[in-house]
Amino acid sequence: MALTAEQSGRLAGLLREHGERITLRWTEIVAAQMRGRLSHAELLRQVQDLHRIMIAFGDQGLVDLADEGGGELRAELAELSRGRARQGLSATETAISVFALKDVLLETLEVAGGTEALRDYVAYSALIDQMGLFTFESYVRTRESLIADQAEQLLELSTPVVKLWEGVVAVPLVGTLDSARAQVVMERLLQTLVDTGSPYAIIDITGVPAVDTQVAQHILKTVVAARLMGADCIISGIRPQIAQTIVALGIEFGDIATKASLADALRHVLRSTGVEMGRRARRGQ
Amino acid sequence: MTVGVDLGQPQTQEVRADEDVVRVRQLVRAVAVAVKLSLVDQTKLVTAASELARNTLVYGGGGTVDVMTADNGRRRGVRIVFADSGPGIADLDLALTDGYTTGGGLGLGLSGARRLVDEFEIDTAAGQGTRITVTKWSR
Repeated sequence: MALTAEQSGRLAGLLREHGERITLRWTEIVAAQMRGRLSHAELLRQVQDLHRIMIAFGDQGLVDLADEGGGELRAELAELSRGRARQGLSATETAISVFALKDVLLETLEVAGGTEALRDYVAYSALIDQMGLFTFESYVRTRESLIADQAEQLLELSTPVVKLWEGVVAVPLVGTLDSARAQVVMERLLQTLVDTGSPYAIIDITGVPAVDTQVAQHILKTVVAARLMGADCIISGIRPQIAQTIVALGIEFGDIATKASLADALRHVLRSTGVEMGRRARRGQ
Repeated sequence: MTVGVDLGQPQTQEVRADEDVVRVRQLVRAVAVAVKLSLVDQTKLVTAASELARNTLVYGGGGTVDVMTADNGRRRGVRIVFADSGPGIADLDLALTDGYTTGGGLGLGLSGARRLVDEFEIDTAAGQGTRITVTKWSR
């Protein structure tokens, strides 16, 4: 049963008349659900804000949260949801902040009594349900944007280009190499080659669980691009199971140097640049 | 990441986006570990599944992947069925030729996947979708 303009006005009156009792009781119910994760003072402030804006909403005789005049209420609810989502609270803990008002209103109306009370309560409930759903939607939207942000951060985090030696940079690849990451890796590597003027790049695939044709193609393209810029590329971290899989798949790395470990790759580069490598620290001596 | 596997039931994974190919790989790896395939065989099977799931997505326009355990009385293994209702493959011999591709890849996915598994069945016709069943047995 939808709210009428008259009922909306009555709701505002009710909220105003029992203002303090309602906000205190409302805060109490919400606080019980939060189990101390948000301070009482903070909850009270939120509830008071919401209470004030709902009175303004009712005074205008608005009947639908989606109404043009409901902008302030929507903004307040969205703000509340964003805060809860960012603090890592659950969707239930967010929605309860709104739904708790139902309990409070019921208690208040029981005291007031009257034949209209039930009809009013059902109408108020419809508005509160609408507010609850809106809160839930805002919550989900915030969480989705958080996840998208994290995915992007992960993409940046997971593709470092490190300098191993004078003139030698390395890209340790970890995890799944999809097209988006392959693109980031290639850009980073090529930029680092320019910035450092390194003639050697090592792509280490120790942390890539499966090398299929798509991954291989991405790596090959990166190597070709690096070569076009005058750098020599070595692929390292080819474990036995990966080697056998690559052979069975029929992927050919052509004349690209490949090594079993990053240490082998570095030794290969240093040797070809003429750096003398001491072997004095042999075991047992 | 560990994926809980119920070995009694075939596990189905929809393939609609790139992330689903990753899910297929994780599911196949979990089942392969559960039936105790060797590390090399796990890697081969996961790679084959990755190729075929991507084909389902790219050429078949999406479909489903069913992963189940198999038992031939002597050995246990993993069986995977890739099904799509895409355009199908008109010339199978050509599609299974190394280096042949219509999509800009290396042209090794289908032929390579066949070499990575023990049994490979393909059921397709132009306009009829494609259904590929592969099996890898433990040694």
